[in-house]
Amino acid sequence: MHFTFDIEGGNFSKAGFASSEIKKILKQLNVDPKIIKRIVVALYEAEVNVVAHAYKGKITVDIDTEKIKVILADEGPGIPDIDLAMQKGYSTASAEVREMGFGAGMGLPNIKNNADELHIRSKVGIGTEVEIINYLG
Amino acid sequence: MQMKLSEAIKILNAKVVCGEEKLDSEIGYAFASDLMSDVLTLDTNNLLLITGLANLQTIRTAEMSDIQFIIFCRNKKVNEEMLVLADENQLVVLECAYSMFKTCGLLFQHGIQPLY
Repeated sequence: MHFTFDIEGGNFSKAGFASSEIKKILKQLNVDPKIIKRIVVALYEAEVNVVAHAYKGKITVDIDTEKIKVILADEGPGIPDIDLAMQKGYSTASAEVREMGFGAGMGLPNIKNNADELHIRSKVGIGTEVEIINYLG
Repeated sequence: MQMKLSEAIKILNAKVVCGEEKLDSEIGYAFASDLMSDVLTLDTNNLLLITGLANLQTIRTAEMSDIQFIIFCRNKKVNEEMLVLADENQLVVLECAYSMFKTCGLLFQHGIQPLY
């Protein structure tokens, strides 16, 4: 199964819409609720990151019997130092993002904790691609 | 120790915004935070979320975390957009005028446990 969703940078009222849709799909597929929670928490944090930092982005989801692979590709400022961004407490988020209950430098560590595999590729001034893989069994 | 939501409502002088039909549900634990990333780290979902952060992302966070019960303290109000999403996810949403400290204190005094 293959799905795509567009994300608008800065639009917080839509942040989480794609994660919610994917949660519904996984529920319909009778995936273990504990695995669903791990996937959607990682995905939601990643979706909020795109809304918080990028101009726009696209989520591509591929689900087979063995795993779910999600790629969030954005056009945005990119991450100059991924290792630094992965550290708990490091954040470049705006005041607006903090008002939404995020921006405390926990997003990427949260994604890492909930993903079976996480790959981040980024080019400064161009954008970031976050790939999250979780196994369904 | 478990407490019915209806009892928590009495203790906190809270108002039910949605989920009236689930007030017989029981809670044993609560977690208080205005930081949604903190809420997203929890691996328990049978709890009452106490927060003063009233926006759509609070409801989304509960949805993603499988948290069914939220109380907005400090007199924070649920808007229409939040209500629609909470209803769609069959959440119980409460509002109370007490500060977060008082809300937590009263629930703790009546036996509700922290997660850690």
